[in-house]
Amino acid sequence: MAAFLLRRLLQTVPILLAVALIIFILFSVIPGTFASSMSDDGRSVIDVQVMERMNKEFGFNDPVYVRFGKYVAQLVQLDLGTSFRTRQPVTKVLAERMWPTLLLTFASMLFSIVVGVPLGFIAALRPGSWVDTVSMVGAVSGLSLPKFWLGLLMMYLFALVLGWLPSFGYGDGSLRYLVLPSIALGVAPMALLARTTRAAVLEIMNADFVRTARAKGMSERKVVQWHLTRNALVIVLTTIGLQFGTVIGQAVVIEKLFSWPGLGSLLVDSVTLRDIPVVQGAILLIVLSFLVINTLVDVLCALIDPRIKYT
Amino acid sequence: MLKRLLITTAIALAIGGVAEAQTPRKGGTIRFTAPYGSSFANLDIHTSNRAQDEIWAKAIHRSLYNWDAAAGKPVLELAKSVEASGDGLTYTFKLRDDAYFHNGRKLSADDIIWTYNHLMDGGKAYPGARYVRMIKGAVDVEKGQAKTISGLRKIDDNTFEMTLTERIDPGFYFWTATTSIYPAGESQNEAFASNPIGLGPYKLAEYVPGSRLVAERWDKFYNTGKPYADKVAIMIMGEASARDVAFRNKEIDASILGPAQYVAYKNDPELSKGLLEVAEVYTRVMGMNPEFKPFADKRVRQAINYAIDADLIIKRLVKDKAYRATSWLPPTSPGFDKSVKPYPYDPEKAKKLLAEAGYPNGFEFEWTATSNESWGIPIAEAVIPMLEKVGIKAKIKPVEGSVLSEVVRKGEYQAFLWSLSTGPDPQAALKCFHSKTPQTACNYTLFKNEEVDKLLDEAGSTNDATKKVENLTKVNNIVFDEAPYWFFNYNKAVMAHQPWLKGLQPNATELAIQNFEEMWVDESSPAAK
Repeated sequence: MAAFLLRRLLQTVPILLAVALIIFILFSVIPGTFASSMSDDGRSVIDVQVMERMNKEFGFNDPVYVRFGKYVAQLVQLDLGTSFRTRQPVTKVLAERMWPTLLLTFASMLFSIVVGVPLGFIAALRPGSWVDTVSMVGAVSGLSLPKFWLGLLMMYLFALVLGWLPSFGYGDGSLRYLVLPSIALGVAPMALLARTTRAAVLEIMNADFVRTARAKGMSERKVVQWHLTRNALVIVLTTIGLQFGTVIGQAVVIEKLFSWPGLGSLLVDSVTLRDIPVVQGAILLIVLSFLVINTLVDVLCALIDPRIKYT
Repeated sequence: MLKRLLITTAIALAIGGVAEAQTPRKGGTIRFTAPYGSSFANLDIHTSNRAQDEIWAKAIHRSLYNWDAAAGKPVLELAKSVEASGDGLTYTFKLRDDAYFHNGRKLSADDIIWTYNHLMDGGKAYPGARYVRMIKGAVDVEKGQAKTISGLRKIDDNTFEMTLTERIDPGFYFWTATTSIYPAGESQNEAFASNPIGLGPYKLAEYVPGSRLVAERWDKFYNTGKPYADKVAIMIMGEASARDVAFRNKEIDASILGPAQYVAYKNDPELSKGLLEVAEVYTRVMGMNPEFKPFADKRVRQAINYAIDADLIIKRLVKDKAYRATSWLPPTSPGFDKSVKPYPYDPEKAKKLLAEAGYPNGFEFEWTATSNESWGIPIAEAVIPMLEKVGIKAKIKPVEGSVLSEVVRKGEYQAFLWSLSTGPDPQAALKCFHSKTPQTACNYTLFKNEEVDKLLDEAGSTNDATKKVENLTKVNNIVFDEAPYWFFNYNKAVMAHQPWLKGLQPNATELAIQNFEEMWVDESSPAAK
């Protein structure tokens, strides 16, 4: 297991470097600079001298390969550079916005797991019943509904009509501000988890070892608890790991809608304003989070299923 | 006698009632919104010139001048008087002696001089440098050839002298938040970046990046009795639909409306009572590059103005959230000529002009535009069939905002669609049409006209305000006739406000930017306490 973890850690390095290179090249070729974005609202003119000084200050006068070399040298020292917009270290900018995104992501995944997995189990244990039909129709709807629209609908219903919850913002960081955005973000992974769980359980239900257990007189409750759950969990956990990455990426839409001060909304603003160091840093952080979570999922799978061995 | 008494009492009660409604109330929180993005750049306003950042800066900072929305002009803020020299180049400012920074330090001439020198730091790229550059010697500091600006001279702690490079009204250059006055030397402390110290009516209480900024009353603010509210909470809300829900739910006190919300609010019997509409100093235009052969001919450019039914587009697409443009300068500008009529919709005249110019069958051009709903691709798509009627084919080239800014400056376009600032200083706005103004600055259409150059040079060299306005009006009219742009509309900014929020100012430079010390909330506000 230690060797596996070390291998994964070492694999992370070239992945992150490759991502850094891709983003760097991408932002080197797409038009628009930070300086030009300062006056894209037409409100005021950034004069030529200020633009030239900006380009000099931010290193745009250097050739691309020199800039990339400097960036990699900084990365090695865990320095993500300085934000063009805020003039602050990128690590500081990301640190300020990371916690709200983590909070939102974990809350929405918790919702999707707590609702989706049991729903999938119930649907699989009663195939063809009204429970199965309703839950699967719900799952398909959840996957199809655009998050933005769902979020607005929830805002309208729970904030404006019922007055139960605030419609936007981070507030004091308390749970009541988290409810609407996390559910809006969690509906799609919940739906996917329900369907995946149902499919996994249905497949395992007809396996030889389950039939044997039933033949030996094991109660249905114990069959579900000891055989179906543990075996289905490996597939479900893998799906959860993959969904984490998707949810982090999709948090952008929900963060913008609910004025949630997370990495997603920061990323959108930074791309629009060509604040490249922040874009690079944020994407690297998201990729790193995804890699870490999937490594954790793999470890958990090995713990649950003794047949899985990593060398 | 009794009848007279009753009438007198009724009148007194009515007057008293009105007076009561108008008397600002102390206390409570103003819950404002910053609608132009998902964050503020940072808490150093010198590094940003975006409207989004000026919103919070207006609570915490002050500049030498301030914008008087009611008068439509800049007025002294940190100085109680100013005297101009005979040649109109040197201004002597007597500072107010009751202005204190939030750290308790009294404002002095040193702070003003330090701030302007700081803005010209050659190693940094502060947007405010373009304003300070008007001071003699500022360029030398920028180039590293001098340590301090020679055109700034301290006379005593409360008096300083500013010598300019040309005859301009310094008010138009030193009122924006990018020239906010900082306490000398303190912005270089690391703490300043997270705890800005200003001269404004409020001081920073809380900042949650990406969420909100809360400022609390500064008790030593120099305007006696102000600010009225205890706190200002500025919520960062870039999504119009989310602001709509929050406003209807009474979670925010004010919201800038987009065209879709404007229609809905206008038609709502309650919401329509709280709409503040202002013609802002932005003109939406289609710029035509004279280096693209057809657009080099004035007749073709005028034909485009005749070929497009701008009124129909404003009514149907922009939902009346704009005013028809009749020149470069907006109606609030001193150089605006009320007698000038807009180009009427006349496709036959357009065809005639095109034929005279040698394009009887029209031509094709590429139109660079962003996705903006009020002045972007949706507008271009509405215009294209109108141009086709007169034989002109247009192909849209979609770009992002930062890309539009870049390609227009470099002249890498045939036509573009943009919303451009045309005020509040008419002289600065029209300087964009001087042939010496480079395309990279703001002469995007490479405009060149000897008469315009002469009139602008005269306006820049005269002290006679009437002559200046006369010249600028003539320039504005010549530009309109020469039609380097299709003059589409002036922005109508609309802010919805709750009935308990009072004191909003009709700021034509940017409605979302408000002097918070003028505002208050009455008892019916959910945040009245």
